[in-house]
Amino acid sequence: MMKPGFLSQNQSVLWFLATLGMFTLGVTALAEATGTGALSTSFVKTLGKTLCLCLIAIAMDVVWGYCGILSLGHFAFFGIGGYAIGMWLMYARTESIVSESLSAAVIPPTDQEIVEAIGTQIFGVVGSSDFPVIWAFADSLGLQLLMVILVPGLMALVFGWLAFRSRVTGVYLSILTQAMTLALSLYLFQNDSGLRGNNGLSGLQNIPGFDATPQSMISIAFFWASALALGLGYLLFAFVTSGKMGSVVRGIRDDEARVRFLGYHVESYKLFIFTLTAIIAGIAGALYYPQAGIINPAEIAPIASIYLAVWVAIGGRGRLYGAVIGAAFVSLLSSWFTGGGAPDISLGVYTIHWTDWWLVLLGLSFVAVTLFAPKGIGGLFDLLIRKEGSR
Amino acid sequence: MNTLLELSGVSVSFDGFKAINNLSFQIGEPELRAIIGPNGAGKTTFMDIITGKTKPDEGHVLWGDKATSLLGRSESQIARDGIGRKFQKPTVFEAQTIRENLAMALKGDRGPLDVLFHRKTPAGTSRIETVADEVGLTKDLARPAGELSHGKKQWLEIGMLLAQDPRLLLVDEPAAGMTPAERAHTTDLLRRMALNRAVIVVEHDMEFVRRLDCKVTVLHEGAVLAEGSLDHVTANQDVIDVYLGR
Repeated sequence: MMKPGFLSQNQSVLWFLATLGMFTLGVTALAEATGTGALSTSFVKTLGKTLCLCLIAIAMDVVWGYCGILSLGHFAFFGIGGYAIGMWLMYARTESIVSESLSAAVIPPTDQEIVEAIGTQIFGVVGSSDFPVIWAFADSLGLQLLMVILVPGLMALVFGWLAFRSRVTGVYLSILTQAMTLALSLYLFQNDSGLRGNNGLSGLQNIPGFDATPQSMISIAFFWASALALGLGYLLFAFVTSGKMGSVVRGIRDDEARVRFLGYHVESYKLFIFTLTAIIAGIAGALYYPQAGIINPAEIAPIASIYLAVWVAIGGRGRLYGAVIGAAFVSLLSSWFTGGGAPDISLGVYTIHWTDWWLVLLGLSFVAVTLFAPKGIGGLFDLLIRKEGSR
Repeated sequence: MNTLLELSGVSVSFDGFKAINNLSFQIGEPELRAIIGPNGAGKTTFMDIITGKTKPDEGHVLWGDKATSLLGRSESQIARDGIGRKFQKPTVFEAQTIRENLAMALKGDRGPLDVLFHRKTPAGTSRIETVADEVGLTKDLARPAGELSHGKKQWLEIGMLLAQDPRLLLVDEPAAGMTPAERAHTTDLLRRMALNRAVIVVEHDMEFVRRLDCKVTVLHEGAVLAEGSLDHVTANQDVIDVYLGR
């Protein structure tokens, strides 16, 4: 699929993959299950989740930084990926628990009884016991994995087709994507949405079939899977944004009408990029939520997608490593500040509690980056390279 | 000389204002044609109609040997049919190199998958170099287009059109903002391009039109006022009234 010499022409990709590889090995060597234990299991999970956020961030960078579509709804696709895998995780685990408890009964339970018992377990919390239609494939890991790709992909395809063919662009498109993620989130909040309303899906950290495996081991497995997904996603997007495709996509960002008059069907290109990035966002979500353990509709609130844009802007648009830096840096910093890690600052009359003031700081940095460093943190690399070159 | 493009009875109005009023126009292949007219004569709308940006309210736009209608075709389809357009303001992709700009314009498959798996060919590379040579940008191939002077951007855009290899080329005010030397070069380029294709040049600068030395169509209030050689149309009383009466 890749051109020979693709990697040799894109050295930054090699650098990124080497760094990611070293990081993965380093974390493995320090983790509880596989190394010295200097890193706690929960911290390994945080790092694994961060890698998933980096993956959706590079998707966001491709759709916004390269193609110029400021989508403020990509977290919806991330959430759908999480729900799709969460349905199987919850179903399969509940099934094993239910079968075990019913097997002690004198009369062996029928399949029908088992399914009913699973339904009661899962949906009792929203006062129901019937499986909604969307759970039809929940017993099959293969099919649910397919859903991780198909549902975000199809949703993006339909949404994008409607929006792009009507030539909705700029801020109107951003608003439309916000409306999409808001509508989805509100729908999922309802108890009869079939996905347990505001309770969401929980217990996702327990992987069916691996009951005996300690979380410390599972966390490393997911960390590796996330690193692999990020590496492959990075390669894929580096390929898409290089060569002639990259040229056309950046052309669409800078002057859509001109690209059209060159004979390119701009809408197809936008649809391709929008759908591809939505699928990758879905995959990132499917890896994220088993590490988080729970998914609920608040995860896909409009603000989540706005944070995503902020990460990419702070990291530097139009360069994949910039998105990775932005997502990793800001999300880790965010959990440090909001988790009470940052020491409060006493001003005498007033004490700054970072848990309250972090968002203000984030907002100010976003404004500062937009005004004074439009290339973001990634832009610093340009300065370094230029200095090397001038020497 | 066969008719390449024919507009007949075309009208379009915006909010009641008739921008184009029952306009009929023909151009053959090869041919060089200049279109002149005062501001608001409908020159830009005329080009918007041909390139599919504006849909006319009535009339026909027929294209090519089989006289197929261009109405209802999208801008990108019309561009692929072989109609290229150069805008008044040079519009090149400033963040990309001259080579990337030309490569994007180069005639070839335009579908997303073809482009994704596109490989550079020696033929494509040499075509890009030939075009760059023709517009005098060989030394600048690796530079970002944003660094070029205004005049060189104009040539890059003309080079992109050469690379696109259209059968009909629409050029909007190519001489605007150019030095006399650049104008002379541009006139040469346009005349050479018109040797094997149709070229329509929209211009207000009479001196420039005179140097093109071709048939002239005068537009006024969205319709053709006069057509013929420059001397013929400038002797026409209606044309004198429109130009001098303002």
